[in-house]
Amino acid sequence: MSSLIHTAGLAHTFRTRRGPVEAVRGIDLTVGAGEILGLLGPNGAGKTTTLRMLTTLLPPTGGTATVAGCDLVGDPAGVRSRIGYVAQSGGVDLSVSVREELVTQARLYRLSRTEAADRAAELARELDLTELLDRPCAALSGGQRRRLDIAMGLTHRPRVLFLDEPTTGLDPASRAGLWRLVRRLRDTHGTTVFLTTHYLDEADELSDRLVVVDRGAVVAEGAPAALKERYAGSPRASLQDTFLAITGRGPAPADQAPVAV
Amino acid sequence: MLIHDTALVFGRYARQTLRSRFQLLFGVLMPLMYLLFFGPLLTGLPLGARGDSWQVLVPGLLLQLGLFGASFAGFAIIIEKQMGVVERMRVTPVGRLPLLLGRVLRDAALFVFQAVLLVLAAVAMGLRAPLGGILIGFGFVAVLTVALASLSYALALRVPKPQEFGPAVNAVSMPSMLLSGLMLPMALAPAWLDALSHLMPFRYLVDAVRAAYVGDYTGPAMLYGVLVAAGFAALAVTVGTRVFREAGA
Ligand SMILES: Nc1ncnc2c1ncn2[C@@H]1O[C@H](COP(=O)(O)OP(=O)(O)OP(=O)(O)O)[C@@H](O)[C@H]1O
Ligand SMILES: [Mg+2]
Repeated sequence: MSSLIHTAGLAHTFRTRRGPVEAVRGIDLTVGAGEILGLLGPNGAGKTTTLRMLTTLLPPTGGTATVAGCDLVGDPAGVRSRIGYVAQSGGVDLSVSVREELVTQARLYRLSRTEAADRAAELARELDLTELLDRPCAALSGGQRRRLDIAMGLTHRPRVLFLDEPTTGLDPASRAGLWRLVRRLRDTHGTTVFLTTHYLDEADELSDRLVVVDRGAVVAEGAPAALKERYAGSPRASLQDTFLAITGRGPAPADQAPVAV
Repeated sequence: MLIHDTALVFGRYARQTLRSRFQLLFGVLMPLMYLLFFGPLLTGLPLGARGDSWQVLVPGLLLQLGLFGASFAGFAIIIEKQMGVVERMRVTPVGRLPLLLGRVLRDAALFVFQAVLLVLAAVAMGLRAPLGGILIGFGFVAVLTVALASLSYALALRVPKPQEFGPAVNAVSMPSMLLSGLMLPMALAPAWLDALSHLMPFRYLVDAVRAAYVGDYTGPAMLYGVLVAAGFAALAVTVGTRVFREAGA
């Protein structure tokens, strides 16, 4: 079994007071073991909603999925024990210290007390948080807090890692550090990584394969070079032009009038 | 696993409470004021119940402490939900029941602690009641807190707008207090009010604790109190666990 994520017609419609919102309209996806998949799409395309379904937080209103060999609806506990998730807006309690959050998270993943303390120290080293361990989370900068969110998602060395815009707010060095970390997880542990990002250089650099969604549906899929060739005419085109061509949101280069100031 | 997970979640929230002395003590202020400024008014009044006025008033204050404290427990989880803490915990393999139970048991521990302070103050002011009855009273406070806090968390996770939570809780807790005879026994009430109050689960709990405070452990009041408290708690925990399973957003 080499596909770690498989979805068929996965859909979610939010029911709101103003009527239904079809956030995800039937997504078919397969992600192989050890693959790094980049999910791209404009704001509101349905990326976070897709991730919340695949991480058992939101019940699908249509379709099926298996994650790490477990059925999403039939065995959510099995899914949970095998995945890590870094949410777009994080998930640390601001009134608690960094160390306590890391240790609690490890304990929630059933590590023993001593294992949890060791793992917290190890994660702090990996994400450059060691100096900050005894601060309350409220006293971290935005990027430091983001690094803590990422550390929490890695706690139990999950086989599948979901990262929702992991590098938003990170400085260039931290971002490069995260890229190295993600590659190392894949190379040494065979971790499957499913990430979303709005940084196209990051998607280009990190992903084996890209999936572009728009208005809740997959509109393009393939290796970065293949997508560039198909949509922007050359495998060396920028991913930016490719993305705009796919989502149809940018002016074609010929239409670009000089800006009057 | 159930016990391990519950203990973990309980530990996390208990540590947070212990760090906040304010939260530990503040909850007793309101019932303490009733005790100081309202209790003395009742001495000598014929309350139509067994026991002296302290044995009637203190059980009511204990449950009032639980009623108001626990029904607002959900406020804390609204903030946690906004920080993403609830979803982060829901992604872990920890069971949904422990996610709820760990929290509500912390609340139960907090309110029993406050109840002990209140009873000590009442004893100093003149309460005399059998020790067994006093302990049974704490038991009812604990069960009531578990039930109400579960419902409060469920409501807090489900309300569309956080600012709707407070008014919604008030709308339920105020009539509950008035209709259950927490302050004055319903024996004084006209027949229609007395009948109405029998629709309130709290009525049976107050009656049971008042019976315990006069040493009557085997009468119908105790039987109904135990049945209603257990049924209410089981229902509330079921509702609360379901909300943690589905989470309201
Ligand atoms: N709880 C909700 N209730 C109603 N509608 C929602 C809810 N959450 C998301 N939506 C809607 O669903 C659609 C998809 O949202 P989603 O958060 O998945 O987008 P996204 O691709 O992650 O966007 P971004 O890049 O801005 O993070 C949007 O139209 C959004 O407004
Ligand atoms: Mg998003």
